Amino acid sequence: MKRLRRTMLFMPGNNPGMLQNAGILGADSIILDLEDAVSLTEKDSARILTREAIKNIDYINVEVVVRVNPFDTEFAKEDIDVIARVKPDALMIPKATEEELEAIDKILTTIEVEESFEKGSIKLLPIIETAYGVENVYNIIKSSDRIVGVLLGGEDLTSDLGIKRTKEGEEIFYARNRVAIACKAMKVDSIDTPFTDTNDFEGLEKDTRKAKSLGLTGKAAINPRQIDTIHYVYAPNAEEIKYAKRVLEAMEEAESEGKGVFSLDGKMIDAPVINRAKNTVELAMLLGLM
Amino acid sequence: MKNILGREIPEYIEGYGKVTQFEGVFKHAGIKLKKETKLNSVTPNHEKVLKSLEVVLEKVQLRDGMTISFHHHLRNGDKVLNLVVEAIAKTGIKDITLAASSLFPNNASLIDHIKSGVITKIVTNYMSGPLAQEVSKGILKTPVTMHTHGGRARAIESGDLHIDVAFIAAPTADEYGNISGLYGKSACGALGYAVSDAECADKVVAITDNLVPYPTCPIEISQIYIDYIVQVESIGDPAGIVSGTTKITKDPVGLKIAKMAKDVMVASGLVKNEMSFQTGAGGISLAVAAELRKHMNQHKIVGSFASGGITGYIVDMFEEGLFRTLFDVQCFDLQAVRSYVSTHKHQRMSASMYGNPDNKGAVVNNLDIVILGATEIDTDFNVNVTTGSDGAIMGGSGGHSDTAAGAKLTIIVTQLMKARLPIIKESVTTITTPGESIDVIVTERGIAVNPKRTDIIEKLKSTNLPLMTIHELKAIAEKMTGKPKAIELSDEIVAVIEYRDGSVIDVVRRPL
Amino acid sequence: MEVKKPSKAGTMESNDIYVMLMPNPKGGIEINLQSIVMKQFGEEIERVILETLKELKVENVIVNAQDKGALNYTVKARIETATKRAMGQESK
Repeated sequence: MKRLRRTMLFMPGNNPGMLQNAGILGADSIILDLEDAVSLTEKDSARILTREAIKNIDYINVEVVVRVNPFDTEFAKEDIDVIARVKPDALMIPKATEEELEAIDKILTTIEVEESFEKGSIKLLPIIETAYGVENVYNIIKSSDRIVGVLLGGEDLTSDLGIKRTKEGEEIFYARNRVAIACKAMKVDSIDTPFTDTNDFEGLEKDTRKAKSLGLTGKAAINPRQIDTIHYVYAPNAEEIKYAKRVLEAMEEAESEGKGVFSLDGKMIDAPVINRAKNTVELAMLLGLM
Repeated sequence: MKNILGREIPEYIEGYGKVTQFEGVFKHAGIKLKKETKLNSVTPNHEKVLKSLEVVLEKVQLRDGMTISFHHHLRNGDKVLNLVVEAIAKTGIKDITLAASSLFPNNASLIDHIKSGVITKIVTNYMSGPLAQEVSKGILKTPVTMHTHGGRARAIESGDLHIDVAFIAAPTADEYGNISGLYGKSACGALGYAVSDAECADKVVAITDNLVPYPTCPIEISQIYIDYIVQVESIGDPAGIVSGTTKITKDPVGLKIAKMAKDVMVASGLVKNEMSFQTGAGGISLAVAAELRKHMNQHKIVGSFASGGITGYIVDMFEEGLFRTLFDVQCFDLQAVRSYVSTHKHQRMSASMYGNPDNKGAVVNNLDIVILGATEIDTDFNVNVTTGSDGAIMGGSGGHSDTAAGAKLTIIVTQLMKARLPIIKESVTTITTPGESIDVIVTERGIAVNPKRTDIIEKLKSTNLPLMTIHELKAIAEKMTGKPKAIELSDEIVAVIEYRDGSVIDVVRRPL
Repeated sequence: MEVKKPSKAGTMESNDIYVMLMPNPKGGIEINLQSIVMKQFGEEIERVILETLKELKVENVIVNAQDKGALNYTVKARIETATKRAMGQESK
C-alpha cells in the first residue's frame, strides 16, 4: 500500500514539547526542522535533541522526515551524519542541486552500510525553492533513486526571483505546474508550499484546491490546525466515491459478459478512467470513507 | 480494613467518627429521613435588620463548638467568609466547625485562625491554595470532611451535617430577608449552593452590600428562612468573583482530544434531539462543547437542557437555540449572569436538585452526557480530582461524582501526561469518583472504555478511533515518562472523602 | 573530557530542562537539580544526567539544572549539548 503523503507538518527541531507530540497531530508526515526553525546558535542543540527524539519516541504510522541545513553550510555534514544514523524515513534537502543530491546519496549509502541498514532505506526529499531548482526539477529528481518526492518552497522561490509572494499564488503558477508534471513523470510525490496565514482557513482551502487541481499530490503545513482542511481537500468526496464505484461495477459487468470496452452514462470508459476509479476507491477505503 | 475499591479505611476515624464504608454507587439508596428543623417563629413587629456583624453574632447566640456555613458563589472574590471568621475570632469564641461549600486561595487568612484554635474542623467540597496546602500538612486537629456538591446537600437535609448558623452572602437582600443573586454591585447569578443551608440551618443570616426596600423581586431564597440581615461595605471583589471568560484551549493536543471526545459522543448515539449535556469550565472541556456545537448546528439538533456551573460558552449555545433550557447551579462568568437575569429558561437548580442522591430525583439522573477532567486515573477507572500527585489537597469532587453517577455516558477528557506525570497509574493517590461510574477515558494517544460498557465498546469498534485497554494506555504513558516514584505518605489522616451517599470512599493521608 | 568553561543548553519551557555546566574545582560530579516533578522523577533525572556524563567521559563538573518536566531523551540531549559546548566544541 502506497504511503499517504497528503500533509507534511513542520515541527521545530529544538522544541521537546512539539517533538513529543508531533506524531499524534494527524499529519501523514512530520518534518523535524533543523533549518529555518532553529537559530544559528542552537543548531547543535536541535541536532542532538532531534537525534534523541527519533531514537526514543515511537512515531506510530507517521513518516519521520528531517530537514537538514543546506549542503553548503557548516552544519549540513554533521546534520546528515548524526541524523542518518538514527534512521529517519527521509531527509529533506533545502535548495538541493543535482550534484549535492548525488553527494548526499553516496554519504547515505556509506552510513547505511556502516550501520547495517537496508540499502536505500533512507529516502530524500529535495526542496525546489530557487529558479534553478524549478527549471531543473526533472534532473534533480533523476539524480538519486532515494528521491520519493519534492517540496515546492514558495517563499524562498519568490525571494530568489525578487517578486512578491501572494495568497492568490499567481506568481508560483508555473512553478507548481512544472513541479507537478515533472514529479508525475518521474512517479514521485509533489508537495505544495505551505499557506502561511494560519488563521485563514478559507484561504487555506482555496489554496489547497488550487494545488490539487494542478496535480500536486500533497501540501506542507506549518500549524497542526491546517491538517484537517488539507485532508478534507485531498479526500475524495461522496460524489467522486459513488462514481468510482459505479465505474468499477460497470467494468466487472463488462468483463463477465466478455466485453473489452464499455460505456457508462453514455461515455466510453477507458484505462485512465478505470485507474482513477481504482485509486479513488483505494484512498476512500484507506480513509475509512467506505 | 480495605474497602471494595482496595483502599485502607479504618472503621473509626478520630475527629470524624464511625465510618460507613463505600459499597457501590447506588448501594445505599432506600428510605431516607429529612431533618427536622427548629426555628424561631416571628411576630409582625420583628426587626430583622441588625446594625453590625458583632450584633449578629450576639443575636444568633454563637457559642464555642458550633457549626457555621457559607456558600462559594463569590468564588475567589468572596469577602464574607473571611469577614465573619475575623469577627468571630474577635469575640473569643473557639472550636468552630466551618462548613463552607468551597474554599479558595483568598481564604488563606483562615490558616491563622486554625492555628489559634478558632476553627478546629472544616467540611467542604473543594479546597485550593495555601489553605489547602497547610491543611494537607496537618494543621487541623481533625480531618477535613470532603463532600460532593450533591452529597453536601444530602448531609444537610438529612441532618448528618447540622448547621447552627448559615451566613449567606447576598448580592441583593431586602429588609425582611428575601435574597437574590441577580442584581447588585456583586451580582453573581444563581445561588444554588445556599439553598439547603437556608432551609435547614438553625439560624440564617443574610449578609449583603445591596440592601433594598421590601420586597425585592425575583426572590431566590425566601424571607421565611432568614433570621437576620446585616449590611456590609462589600460582599465580594467583582474581579475575583467570576473567573473571567474561560477560554477554549488553543493547544493542538487539547483540540485533538476534544475532537475525539465528540466522535465518541456521536458514536454512542446519544447526540440527538432532546439530548442533555454538561461540561466543565476548563480549556479542553470547552473545546469539547465547541465540537458538539458544530455538530449540533450541522445536523440541526436541539437538546433539552445543558446543566452545571454555567459558562458564557454554554450560554452562547443556548442562545443559538441548541438547548431549550439551562439548569444552573452557579454562574462562572458575567455572560452567564446576564443570561440568568434575562430569561426564565435559564433556570437555577439548588445543589440538592442538582445532585442529592437522597431526594426524589436530581438533575444528574436526567443527564445524557457529562464531560469531566481528572488529575489521576487508575486501571480500575477510579478517578482522583481531590489531590495532586504530590499528595496535597488541591481540589475536590465538586459535582464530579454526582454527574458521573447520574449520566448515561461519563467521559473523562485529559492529556495522557501532564508535565512528565502519567495520568494513568496502578493506583491513584485518592479516589474521588469510583470507576463504576466512569465510562470512557479520552486522551490524545488513545481511548479506553470501561470493560463493563460492552455496548459502548461495540459502538466504537466501527469507528476509526484508537480504542485500547486502559493498561495499554498506561503502558504508552510509562514508556515515555518512565515510572514515577510513589510519594511517601504518613499514617495521619488529614481528610475524609465522603461519597455522595455519606459513605467514606477514601481518605487523604498527610504526605511526608 | 574536561569541562573547560561554563556552558548552558535547553530552555525554561514546559517539557524542557535548562542545564548549566561549570568546571568543578573540588573534583567529581555535583548535581543541583530543581524540578517541577522532583518527588516523582528527581532520582531518575539525576540518574540520566550521571549516565550521560559517564558516556561522555566527564568526571569533574558542577551541573545546575532547572527541569520543567523533560523526558529522559531531552535530559540526555541537553546535557550532551552543554557538555560539547563546554569542551569548546561550539555550535557547529
